[in-house]
Amino acid sequence: MSEVRGIVVAHGHLARCLAETTESISGILGAIQPISNADCSPEILVKRIREAVDGGRVIVFVDLDSGSCCHAARSVCRGVPEVPVVSGVNVPMLLDFVFHRDMEPVELARRLVSKGQSGVVAHLPGFSS
Amino acid sequence: MTLTLFRIDERLLHGQVIVGWGMRLGIDYYVVVDDELAASEWEQDIYGAGLPEQTKVEFVTTEQAIERFQQLDSLPGRGALLTRGTGEMRTLAESGVLAGRRVNLGGLHATSERRRVLTYVHLTQEEAGDLEAIQAASTGVTARDLPAGKEVDLQDLIDDLE
Repeated sequence: MSEVRGIVVAHGHLARCLAETTESISGILGAIQPISNADCSPEILVKRIREAVDGGRVIVFVDLDSGSCCHAARSVCRGVPEVPVVSGVNVPMLLDFVFHRDMEPVELARRLVSKGQSGVVAHLPGFSS
Repeated sequence: MTLTLFRIDERLLHGQVIVGWGMRLGIDYYVVVDDELAASEWEQDIYGAGLPEQTKVEFVTTEQAIERFQQLDSLPGRGALLTRGTGEMRTLAESGVLAGRRVNLGGLHATSERRRVLTYVHLTQEEAGDLEAIQAASTGVTARDLPAGKEVDLQDLIDDLE
């Protein structure tokens, strides 16, 4: 069974930066395909995502749950079984992703939401955990 | 008058609108004028997801927007009316409901038919004609992607297109 591929769809340069950062920390190359919404219409963004998904074992990550990237990704994946869309993508989430690409996409997506959330911590002055 | 923003933006309810404009202006509700979306519940779910708590959204056809304009313009709180393209806003303007209102031109992105006039605005001649018609039926059309951005008059956009 092939490993799950990650597609990150985000505003501006963010997708490329997230993919490069994940590669530089993990050393795992080519697991994440970045797609930017910069300078493209909703129709073109949908086309790019559809071509990237291409019926494979894929998780689509987006930056903002209410954003145009999420709208486009959910529109594409609505008709594609077993392709989850995960919003609020961050580095902890992607690092966990690249090391668990043998899991089922839906099961992995649930895990990654938890990992992404647990990577957000307020280290408040004067308090120790 | 509670509708405080009239915006043309082909991404409709997206981050720049909800966060950049909505949070700055304190928008309580959105009216999305789009015939296709008004008939598609699953797309409405996608567009409505991620709105701030308490913020409402209503999807209406162009015809409904004209018929119900007074009501949509007197809902509690501050509202924003959005269209995907210039054509829908032109129809609203020519019905008379935008008299005394200013229209904001947001994102219209590159296609093979459009020419770039700003980084976030690309226009065909037909769309430029729509904007001129909107301007004639309102207090004006200006382009501005975000509240802090530079406001550009329609005439400057048209001059760049020619």
